[in-house]
Amino acid sequence: MSAPDSPLLAIVGNPNSGKTTLFNLLTGLRQKVANYPGVTVEKKIGECWSQHGKKLRLIDLPGAYSLNARSPDEAVLRDVLLGRRADTPRPDRVVLVLDAANLERNLYLASQILELGLPTVIALNMIDVAEARQWRIDVSALSTELGVPVIPMQATTGKGLLELKAAMSRADLPRPRWHSAPLPEDIRASVQATRARLLASGAIQEQASLLEPLYLLSDHDPLHAGIRDEQLAQIAQGRDALEKAHPGWEDQLVQDRYAAIEKLCARVLIRPECEPVTFSQKLDRWLLHPVLGGLFLLIFLVFLFYLIFKVAEGPMGWIEAAFASLGTWVTGLMPPGDLRDLLVDGAINGVSGVVVFLPQILILFFFIGLMEDTGYMARLAFIMDRLMSLVGLNGKAFLPFLSSYACAVPGVMAARTIDSPKDRLITILIAPLASCSARLPVYLLLLSALMPESVSLWVKAGIMVALYALGTFGAFVFAWILNKGIMRGASAPMILEMPAYRLPSLRSILLLVWQRARAFLVRAGTVIFGISILIWAASTYPKSDSPDASMRLEQSLAGRAGHLIEPIIAPLGFDWKIGIGLIGSFAAREVFVNTMAVVYAVEAGDEEDMTPLRDRLRQETRADGRPVYRPLVCISLLVFYVFAMQCVSTMAIVRRETGSSRWMWFQLACLSGTAYILSLLIYQTGSALGY
Amino acid sequence: MHRSSTLAQLPIGSSALIHSMPTGRAGLTRLRELGLTPGVRVKVIRRAPLGEPLQICVRGSQIAMRNHEAAHILVTPAEA
Ligand SMILES: Nc1nc2c(ncn2[C@@H]2O[C@H](COP(=O)(O)OP(=O)(O)OP(=O)(O)O)[C@@H](O)[C@H]2O)c(=O)[nH]1
Repeated sequence: MSAPDSPLLAIVGNPNSGKTTLFNLLTGLRQKVANYPGVTVEKKIGECWSQHGKKLRLIDLPGAYSLNARSPDEAVLRDVLLGRRADTPRPDRVVLVLDAANLERNLYLASQILELGLPTVIALNMIDVAEARQWRIDVSALSTELGVPVIPMQATTGKGLLELKAAMSRADLPRPRWHSAPLPEDIRASVQATRARLLASGAIQEQASLLEPLYLLSDHDPLHAGIRDEQLAQIAQGRDALEKAHPGWEDQLVQDRYAAIEKLCARVLIRPECEPVTFSQKLDRWLLHPVLGGLFLLIFLVFLFYLIFKVAEGPMGWIEAAFASLGTWVTGLMPPGDLRDLLVDGAINGVSGVVVFLPQILILFFFIGLMEDTGYMARLAFIMDRLMSLVGLNGKAFLPFLSSYACAVPGVMAARTIDSPKDRLITILIAPLASCSARLPVYLLLLSALMPESVSLWVKAGIMVALYALGTFGAFVFAWILNKGIMRGASAPMILEMPAYRLPSLRSILLLVWQRARAFLVRAGTVIFGISILIWAASTYPKSDSPDASMRLEQSLAGRAGHLIEPIIAPLGFDWKIGIGLIGSFAAREVFVNTMAVVYAVEAGDEEDMTPLRDRLRQETRADGRPVYRPLVCISLLVFYVFAMQCVSTMAIVRRETGSSRWMWFQLACLSGTAYILSLLIYQTGSALGY
Repeated sequence: MHRSSTLAQLPIGSSALIHSMPTGRAGLTRLRELGLTPGVRVKVIRRAPLGEPLQICVRGSQIAMRNHEAAHILVTPAEA
């Protein structure tokens, strides 16, 4: 597939060094985003042309602080650079992006990568920031010391891009000359012994160097490196041997490396005695102020949610209207019949119910992009960390969880910003407990059925808040349990880099929004499309010729399924009609309202106006003459909706984002199980007490 | 003179030199990789509004960590 004359260049660097900006600058829209198989690390590939029309293939590798991997992201970087991933060829060259304003720290990863010996060019990015801090970097000395070209540049403006491209396409791009301190003899001997064993078992291929075994040995969780079980044991033994040969060997190596970097920096970097106070520092005095900082954060979040809930309403209405007229158009175009119903009632309706969330998703990701790009995201995590630590999560989990109050789908997608895999998984697992906007219509309907008009608005609002609080509380309890008990491995310590504030680049934000929106629409177009049709079919077939819609529904598969599950849900106080509603809710929770309208053959009127349906619910009686929707049943049903996992879209996205259906089923079982048990407790105790 | 305390105890705005930290703990190794090696100078910038985490400046970079880690890092006062 790869033409031999178009070399593959890997863009690597620390997080926040400007890699993505550079990659976007080089490739524009000629890029593809996918996942590395087996892990949810984004794989971005693209291409660009040199001045002489030579094609270069580019791959943007995940940001990392070290080749001693501590996360799946870092493991991917290490494995690709070592040629250990079957799905990605080893790059021919490396474009090493360094943040000039964090040069010393960036040189840590840089020195590791240079030692791998691939032809390399260094993009000394953020040169403007370094200059503003009055740092003087001797570029030619740096280039001589490292043995590779160093191009000062500014990725946001494209300054230095031509020189970089010229260097990237140079046929004689040199291999680096850099070597930090040689390995201490005892460490070398021990790694050599382990290497022999790893070579024999096929865990590593590379014959010549000690680096591959060394980096594998320093990975505390080498599961994500494609290592088999028996090889894992070898690695554990190798670690023990190393620890015996040289206690504290890892820390020794870090120290030696920094000693070498300090010497290098002494020759190439001059920092002023007294740095000017930067704009970032001034801004942080306000934005991280003990009182004002929290206040500002609150205002910002209120504003964000105002946009998500209020401003998105308009476009959401347009989308619904557009789908509705598409439905009408198709209805007019086709003769009545099953096919038409399938298209209009099944496909168009179902997809519309999901696509309607697109405006909220666009707004949310625009803001997430904005916060990441400006550097405010790190501050948000900084402020919220203490609170999240109470349930064992860290500050980075705050925003994804909060987003889930709009819709769990973008919330789960936003969890990508959490770098600790464990925290990320927990956040994804608890996301559906945040009461999303699709539950709102259900809550409203049941609350109005529950309480006569005479009950004051305040009480209703109070119960509403209680429902939200219940979900939130449940989420925190789950997080706590998952953290303490179920998840493997100790949690990684929370270490947060606080980047300088930067002007956002609209281009990269829009690119991010576009990539997320596309992922979402592809879901809606495939999985959700299919499920909508299934659910439609279940509530349509087998057909009976009863003129009455509710009779037809009862005869259908869905109706029978409702009857079928009645014994299971009866202890919760639900009858088979509610069962149909629960089944329909799997398409999207708010479908409950429509389904109940069909079940009770109520003219589904205006969405806002639930009065006819509410009255009908109140009249509904059981065989013994007692009303079905007694307060106790309503409460049981409400609690069920707070906890149950009933949304296929979320399930589909959880599967995608965790890379396996295992967690999806686990989540379904846990949440729906909890919902069942709680509703059961409520209904049974309530009944026993005579309510 | 060589009264050592931990990074978590340093007052805001003060500087110190890293004296030592226990070896062999993954979290602390990562902090080392971010530049906190013995002998290096650190400055405490601020604490988050709720008291944690702690923001420090090391080798020209800004890093935040929790007390849990900072309490294991021994520092000695730096002149000036
Ligand atoms: N002032 C300045 N800002 C830059 C420069 N290059 C990138 N930025 C900004 O730095 C921020 C981070 O850039 P990214 O491209 O997202 O960094 P990254 O290395 O891809 O970071 P991760 O995605 O976290 O790995 C963005 O706000 C960019 O606009 C530069 O040369 N000068």
